[in-house]
Amino acid sequence: MSIRLQNIAKHFSSTQALEPINLDIHEGELVGLLGPSGSGKTTLLRIIAGLESADRSPQAGKILFGDRDVTNVHVRDRRIGFVFQHYALFRHMSVYDNVAFGLTVMPKKRRPSSGEIRARVFRLLEMVQLQHLANRLPAQLSGGQQQRVSLARALAVEPDVLLLDEPFGALDAKVRQDLRRWLRRLHDELNFTSVFVTHDQEEALELSDRVVVMSNGRIEQIDTPDTLYRSPKNRFVFEFLGDVNHLEGKVHNGVLTCGDAHLNVDLPNGDEELLLRPHEIRLTEQPSAESHLPVTITAISPVGAEVRVELEADWLVKPWLATVRHADFERLEMSRGQRLFAHPRHWHRFKEDTKAPAKQGRAA
Amino acid sequence: MRQLAIWRPGSTRVLPGFGLSMGISVLFISLVLLLPITGLFGQLAGLSLAQYWAIISEGRVVASYMVTIGAAAVAAVVNAVFGLLMAWVLVRYEFPGKRLLDALMDLPFALPTAVAGITLATLYAGSGWMGGLLEPLGFQVAYTWVGIALAMAFTSIPFVVRTVQPVLEDLPAEVDEAAMSLGATDGVAFRRVIMPHLWPALVTGTGLAFVRSLGEFGAIIFIAGNMPYETEITALMIFVKLQEYDYAGASAVASVVLFVSLTLLLLINIWQGRFVRRLHGGKG
Repeated sequence: MSIRLQNIAKHFSSTQALEPINLDIHEGELVGLLGPSGSGKTTLLRIIAGLESADRSPQAGKILFGDRDVTNVHVRDRRIGFVFQHYALFRHMSVYDNVAFGLTVMPKKRRPSSGEIRARVFRLLEMVQLQHLANRLPAQLSGGQQQRVSLARALAVEPDVLLLDEPFGALDAKVRQDLRRWLRRLHDELNFTSVFVTHDQEEALELSDRVVVMSNGRIEQIDTPDTLYRSPKNRFVFEFLGDVNHLEGKVHNGVLTCGDAHLNVDLPNGDEELLLRPHEIRLTEQPSAESHLPVTITAISPVGAEVRVELEADWLVKPWLATVRHADFERLEMSRGQRLFAHPRHWHRFKEDTKAPAKQGRAA
Repeated sequence: MRQLAIWRPGSTRVLPGFGLSMGISVLFISLVLLLPITGLFGQLAGLSLAQYWAIISEGRVVASYMVTIGAAAVAAVVNAVFGLLMAWVLVRYEFPGKRLLDALMDLPFALPTAVAGITLATLYAGSGWMGGLLEPLGFQVAYTWVGIALAMAFTSIPFVVRTVQPVLEDLPAEVDEAAMSLGATDGVAFRRVIMPHLWPALVTGTGLAFVRSLGEFGAIIFIAGNMPYETEITALMIFVKLQEYDYAGASAVASVVLFVSLTLLLLINIWQGRFVRRLHGGKG
């Protein structure tokens, strides 16, 4: 079932939690709402669910599930499945009863027979690989297991859309990884439309078909993870999606200067701030004709596919983070305190005042 | 699994001061609780079993048990309903004056019970504000068991509110929301999701209120009318016997009240413990 939001806004007393928002989510899509806390992403999700109502004035927004207008439909009649960050399981009921709950509270004429309920619950428990724990109480399960129960419970009523509010937020890193993959697989298998909220950019980019980046009650960008990472529309999106290094300075005749550092750029004269991702910095023993950026290594973390190196210099306000290949790391025999030269392979620039698209440059 | 702290000579503890704090606690309990009870049983020692039985099964005393238990039961049920409602209102809604209402909840504890009793008696007597309204309609409250129940309800309502309130606060609103998102109506959500959580607290609170009502004296005697066989409460019987310097008789009746109260408290505790253990998966 597709979801269409038209002009959805929300005020909490005098503060605006959401500016009027339009959003289309296609049938079968898995969409991530990504943003820092206070960006309005959870409010938006709760409005879709019907747990919160959108503003009626000055203009009433509209929420459509497929062709069905659900704007004024109560949460219990919206046919949604909702998964809470802290599971919200019914603690006094067994796992089985939790999953069966949505089926047993159906009005008599729609309610499946008890045999059918049993069969359906066990099918769901099998799907979340918890059939052997059907008689346990929630308190006897681990966090990851509880969240799987809560997912099975939400899916039991065969909802039109599945909404997940920071579903993996309360779990530890390893379990989170597993559950993420597992949810993606489940989604591909059953092909329901789902929307999930997260503040973890990695989670959003890994899991979603499309990501909605939000800040301050506004949608900043909606795109596939790939497009989002490669061509962020503005500085907020760029900075939110990963580590960023800043280079501030004055451009004069195509040379950006900052203390004793300088870099050739193809930019008009004036103050400039360039942004660089850690993997866009190359380190060498010698400066080049295009750039002279002397830095000192202050910390090294060799864990993972690449070595993370922290760089400092007196012309830098905040230390830089660079990632280098293990081969380069060994070739240059990097050590703490070593002085090297940085070369941007690539840089980004966002002018705040103009709405012009980001300019990207290539150096050396 | 909760481990009972047992003191072993020579064992070293991380948490200091066990000996001293335990000693003072035991001393305090002995002085304040155990000593008076021992005194009570000491008084009983002068009675033979037959005499004891004669005192506690005397017609007027038995009538007072009926009045006390009946009125306390009514008061407890009324408090269970209204106490739950008040706790619900105080926890789930935001409204101006909420803190004031919350503080008022403890008024029955703060007010001397005799003051409460005189106030209630004045209000509900035929000449009082409430009595003046109710009596023409045929409802007599003052000097009947209804008045007794009313005074009991007044003094014991905080027990229900204050035991249910924290449990309700502990129950996240998300649980209601989850039930509703699964299609449950308000009634079903309340019955199947919220009530099972509140049960133990509600029963405990009601039980405490009931036990408290059994022993209430000051608030009741002014409104009860104290007619033998009709509106005499057991606490009054004890008082009457004391006035007649019949200390053994007073102790005998008191021991009955004490026995009933203690048994009830013990039962509530055991039952609640079992329930809580179930809820926390045997880890409570």
